[in-house]
Amino acid sequence: MPSPPVHWRSVLPDMSWFQRIKEGLRKSSSRLASGITDIFTKRKLDAAAVEELEDLLVMADLGPATAAKLAAAISKERFDKEVDPDEIRGALADEVAAILEPVAKPLTTDSGAKPHVVLVAGVNGSGKTTTIGKFAKHLQAEGKTVMLAAGDTFRAAAIEQLKVWGDRTGATVVAKEQGADAAGLAFDAIERARREGVDVLLIDTAGRLHNKSGLMEELKKIVRVIRKMDETAPHDVLLVLDATTGQNAIAQVETFKEMVNVTGLVVTKLDGTAKGGVLVALAERFALPVHAIGVGEQADDLRPFAARDFARGLMGLED
Amino acid sequence: MFDSLSDKLGSVLDGLRRRGALKESDVDQAMRDVRLALLEADVALPVVRDFIAQVKERAVGQEVLKSVTPGQMVVKIVHDGLVEMLGGAAPSEDGTPPAPEGLNLLGEPPVAFLMVGLQGSGKTTSTAKIARRLQQRDKKKVLMASLDVYRPAAQEQLKILGEQAEVSTLPIVAGQQPVDIAKRAMQAGRFGGYDVVMLDTAGRLHVDEGLMAEVAAVKTATNPSEVMLVADAMTGQDAVNVADSFNKRVGLTGIMLTRVDGDARGGAALSMRAVTQCPIKLLGVGEKLDELEEFHADRIAGRILGMGDVVSLVEKARETIQEEDAERLAKKIQKGEFDLNDLADQLKQMRKMGGLQGLMGMLPGIGKMKDQMKNANLDEGLLKRQEAIISSMTAKERRNPKVIHASRKQRIANGSGTSVQEVNKLLKQHQTMAKMMKKMGKLGQKGLMRSMGGMMGKGGGLPPGLMPPGGMR
Ligand SMILES: Nc1nc2c(ncn2[C@@H]2O[C@H](COP(=O)(O)OP(=O)(O)OP(=O)(O)O)[C@@H](O)[C@H]2O)c(=O)[nH]1
Ligand SMILES: Nc1nc2c(ncn2[C@@H]2O[C@H](COP(=O)(O)OP(=O)(O)OP(=O)(O)O)[C@@H](O)[C@H]2O)c(=O)[nH]1
Ligand SMILES: [Mg+2]
Ligand SMILES: [Mg+2]
Repeated sequence: MPSPPVHWRSVLPDMSWFQRIKEGLRKSSSRLASGITDIFTKRKLDAAAVEELEDLLVMADLGPATAAKLAAAISKERFDKEVDPDEIRGALADEVAAILEPVAKPLTTDSGAKPHVVLVAGVNGSGKTTTIGKFAKHLQAEGKTVMLAAGDTFRAAAIEQLKVWGDRTGATVVAKEQGADAAGLAFDAIERARREGVDVLLIDTAGRLHNKSGLMEELKKIVRVIRKMDETAPHDVLLVLDATTGQNAIAQVETFKEMVNVTGLVVTKLDGTAKGGVLVALAERFALPVHAIGVGEQADDLRPFAARDFARGLMGLED
Repeated sequence: MFDSLSDKLGSVLDGLRRRGALKESDVDQAMRDVRLALLEADVALPVVRDFIAQVKERAVGQEVLKSVTPGQMVVKIVHDGLVEMLGGAAPSEDGTPPAPEGLNLLGEPPVAFLMVGLQGSGKTTSTAKIARRLQQRDKKKVLMASLDVYRPAAQEQLKILGEQAEVSTLPIVAGQQPVDIAKRAMQAGRFGGYDVVMLDTAGRLHVDEGLMAEVAAVKTATNPSEVMLVADAMTGQDAVNVADSFNKRVGLTGIMLTRVDGDARGGAALSMRAVTQCPIKLLGVGEKLDELEEFHADRIAGRILGMGDVVSLVEKARETIQEEDAERLAKKIQKGEFDLNDLADQLKQMRKMGGLQGLMGMLPGIGKMKDQMKNANLDEGLLKRQEAIISSMTAKERRNPKVIHASRKQRIANGSGTSVQEVNKLLKQHQTMAKMMKKMGKLGQKGLMRSMGGMMGKGGGLPPGLMPPGGMR
């Protein structure tokens, strides 16, 4: 007999739905907090265990599709066998590391061009300007001379912000007033870098969301103007991604790559609790080099991207 | 990945058509897709889990209304659940969501607003946006102060934004520390007769104990009426950790979601709402200072599900369309007999549903679409004029538009107070539609949606008012 069409609120009279959600949430977060070790302690790798493994990957932002694929792959040979938690975590980390290994490539700035031009782009607040400051310091330590171009002529105090990084690193900052044409600024900066025989020119740009076609056109224009000065430039187009970003990072990479031919990625804010697992999907799909990661707000907080460390971090494994 | 959850659920639940109540096994199957959709939208896993469990409980045993598909029914249940969870309250009987919660200005002036969040989430910009609105719209006297002594040029940034928004900012004193700046701001607020003092803080990680203690101290020193977590709509699974930590350590009163002008599905909104129980009070929808919007749970729910406000579309359609009409139309369409009487019916129904503009507003890709509609001049007036044209025709003409030649056109134009050109346009439109309707018999509903979408521009779709409820078979 079909049940009568009751309105659900009458089914749950004494406890608001919200209350229930909250309670359930408390339970499941503590359940998940104990993590993978709990899942596999003295336990067969059954369907439920595979699903929990998948959940762990989802929570590291790998995305449901990639997580399912990886969990399935890892459990293929081990299914229905007693598994040791360390072994399965390690194996999964190896799997992820294998995907990431080919994209772990440091930024090389010896194209022979003078200046070697690096254009830095990304969505708002991802860490572009800070990353430029960090790279400036890093490149100088390698013995290179560096110039910075304040190409964010839109956001309030963006120019001043880059100038502080200039002061901190001793790199020259080429800047115009707020509201000036960014492409024109890039042009001037290349000219000046040439004149002064600078090795690397890092060009900052205003944050822009990839779905804003007007702003993306403007970025394309900057590239066109740079190319007019030097056909081989920009030698690198870096897309700066925030590690706290979820699945939208895929759309960001896709659009920026299509519009300005991104050559490499930098992932910032990995000093927080976000794991940046979307990088795995990005590596599989776009195979763009990951040049470095940001682990703090200071000039020294730039690290090479190490596939194995990153993968083990995703699985909650130390070292 | 799929574009529309309702499409996907439609196919999963097709077998269920007109079978009465939703069974547990059917719902289970549908919930797998719902789970995936929510995860793709970045809703945090623990939240997804509990949400699914609750929704399932609601869905099993629900009677499937005759005029919607079981898939649509489940989507509606899921959607309502999301709205309730996002808004913290159930929509009222007529389906309208609860009003967005306003900012709390209660207390002896000046009241303090404290803005907190991760690095780069949009705190400084949002501070200026809110200040500007309080001052311009609500006629409050507002003072802004930056407590960010870490990020290069952070205080300068707020100062410039203050100049742009014509909102006062606290003079910068180099070297002063955050708690002292906050105290100075409150003092300046009292002496200056300000209503609100907005405190922008440095971005900080929720695991940075030193900086979390600092912001907690600022809170103690200023006793703010609002402590707003400013968070990026693109945030992934970490949203629960961030929101939970800030809430526990500082105590939040509200959430402001930024970069809603992006194309992220915004599942973080649900995660943060669920874990903190704090209302989402405002949305940042651009970099400019006037790009600030109220939060509407139903819009974000549709966005998380990746289908605009399709559910209310379904609901509205259900209200306005009579089953018999629809069945009659379905039969005619199958036979390729869509005539001007049918077109007149469709026009009337569309007008009832708030006209094209109203309908389009509920579909994904709203903004662009609306502009297109404006350009195409497809307004309500047009619908009315088209109805008038048809009603000036004879019964015979309506059934068989082929007989309408020049002299008849002139008569119809005169009768309806329009022009021959408009009559021609309408006839052409009917022809196109009739042709497409015929095709539809072969293509099925999806095919039609696609070809109509193409006709109306990207992101378009056919209002269900043009379609018999329950789809076409
Ligand atoms: N914790 C942490 N914070 C970072 C990192 N990289 C950048 N930040 C901070 O993130 C915030 C935004 O960084 P910016 O460099 O201004 O970002 P942006 O992309 O230039 O921003 P817009 O130009 O406004 O689009 C600042 O507070 C930085 O200090 C990082 O690796 N870790
Ligand atoms: N597209 C868009 N950009 C926004 C929005 N809100 C802020 N931004 C941009 O995001 C970037 C960072 O904004 P800020 O206000 O500096 O962020 P913040 O949280 O103060 O950053 P820190 O102080 O470094 O932690 C800037 O480029 C802003 O213009 C929004 O709603 N939409
Ligand atoms: Mg910047
Ligand atoms: Mg700030």
